[in-house]
Amino acid sequence: MKTLVLVEHDNQQLKDATLATVTAAARLGEVHLLVAGKGCRAVAEAAARIAGVGKVHLADNAAYEHQLAENVAPFVVGLMADHDAFLAPATTTGKNVAPRVAALLDVMQVSDVIAIEGERTFKRPIYAGNAIATVESSDAKLVITVRGTAFEKAAAEGGAAAIEEVAGPGDAGLSTFVGLEAEASERPELTSAKVIVSGGRALKDAATFEQVIVPLADKLGAAVGASRAAVDAGYVPNDYQVGQTGKIVAPQVYIAIGISGAIQHLAGMKDSKTIMAINKDEDAPIFQIADIGLVGDLFQIVPELTAKL
Amino acid sequence: MKILVPVKRVIDYNVRPRVKPDGSGVDLANVKMSMNPFDEIAVEEAIRLKEKGAASEIVAVSIGPAKAQETLRTALAMGADRAILVQSDDEVEPLAVAKILKAIVDEEQPGMVLMGKQAIDDDSNQTGQMLAALWGRPQGTFASKVEVAGGDVKVTREVDGGLETVTLKLPAVVTTDLRLNEPRYASLPNIMKAKSKPLAMKTAADYGVDTAPRLKVTRVTEPPVRQAGIKVGSVDELVAKLKALGVA
Repeated sequence: MKTLVLVEHDNQQLKDATLATVTAAARLGEVHLLVAGKGCRAVAEAAARIAGVGKVHLADNAAYEHQLAENVAPFVVGLMADHDAFLAPATTTGKNVAPRVAALLDVMQVSDVIAIEGERTFKRPIYAGNAIATVESSDAKLVITVRGTAFEKAAAEGGAAAIEEVAGPGDAGLSTFVGLEAEASERPELTSAKVIVSGGRALKDAATFEQVIVPLADKLGAAVGASRAAVDAGYVPNDYQVGQTGKIVAPQVYIAIGISGAIQHLAGMKDSKTIMAINKDEDAPIFQIADIGLVGDLFQIVPELTAKL
Repeated sequence: MKILVPVKRVIDYNVRPRVKPDGSGVDLANVKMSMNPFDEIAVEEAIRLKEKGAASEIVAVSIGPAKAQETLRTALAMGADRAILVQSDDEVEPLAVAKILKAIVDEEQPGMVLMGKQAIDDDSNQTGQMLAALWGRPQGTFASKVEVAGGDVKVTREVDGGLETVTLKLPAVVTTDLRLNEPRYASLPNIMKAKSKPLAMKTAADYGVDTAPRLKVTRVTEPPVRQAGIKVGSVDELVAKLKALGVA
């Protein structure tokens, strides 16, 4: 099987989510990558060095600079004449583009794949991760989004794939990018961080969250996450949210502070290697899945922990 | 401008789903069902656009069992003007739903289709994008802000790196994220009024759409259970654990 993987990038750097998707694609067959963007040759060069990649298609066109689905999807559809499966990371970019590709190919997409059981058989979570479905596709071509935390990352170095420039159809004239309000941060990104310190509603307000959670995260070189309750209460921006409707993470260590452990939140972090929980309520559901728990007042425990590290 | 709002009847978000022992699916017998929460946000946004004068009529559509009439009545009680139920007792996949919606769009000619970004049962997150593709129109997915201006809609999207803003030419498909708005509760007089609002009954065959599934669900299982670990008694023990894990 010949696969085409959509490379996630910001025109300068290749995003880690791509590497796990390459691993999933390699399970199906030959791996070709698509780098669509503007001034993104460096990304294509990095993509060509990923171990196991056969070819990199590079399209350098202003219409692809911001990955607008209206422009990228018809381009992918054209390339799918020579490929059997299209895979994208299950990020907001992949989730935006892939179904548009699937509909144009008249294919029922398999979303958020966590395991490949056979050439056409996949496992995916449903009901916010409360059940796992095994599905078998009967479509001629496959369109798949891949949950990054479920697959090992392919080695970023070791490959020497050829880069082939391709011209896409360009601007469909339906949509325009206006701007991106990005959270500028020195900290690691949530989805690729080794350690995550996450805070919940118990943190009271934005200032307290900042005073309690951030110093500990800085000490550990960790990313900062939050529960939906903390985001909805306005303590932190929405892109901090870990959970079924936020980001799905699986770091080596996840430290949940003042998070009770709603199903919604657990669905986003229960694949973490080690879960540590600090909560004053010893019956909080978070302790049912935590490897290491400490019951007590987070406003005493966390500053003490930060000081002793 | 007419707004079409597709809504889905799903397991209530407060109910914990139980997998059937025979692995054939999730047990929905005698379980509380409600409108998909993301769709409720879409209905609310459509009503707000109408209240602002940006929309003239709201048509709610559901594809599902006869009981989805209740879901449509909820949308009507919130403020939708009329409803269409495309009745199907079998599970209809996102691709087929998108095809049915495309046929309804051809009939109704809405200026916007506003719908949830995903249903909380199958978590596919596909239907809006698929409809936009089949319709050949732009899509504003995961919206946290929607502003209609002239022939365009400006959509702020919740993306992994923050908030992205795009301008789309109307007609367009917009899918809602959680923080777009807080849906209103229907008042009792409006619930009564909704009972007499028009609700048309259709089938997929009326629209010439084949709903045979492309994905066969061969098995549904419980996720692996994570065991509770140990509780420690002091911060010093936490520090020791973090050191043992090699992260401190």
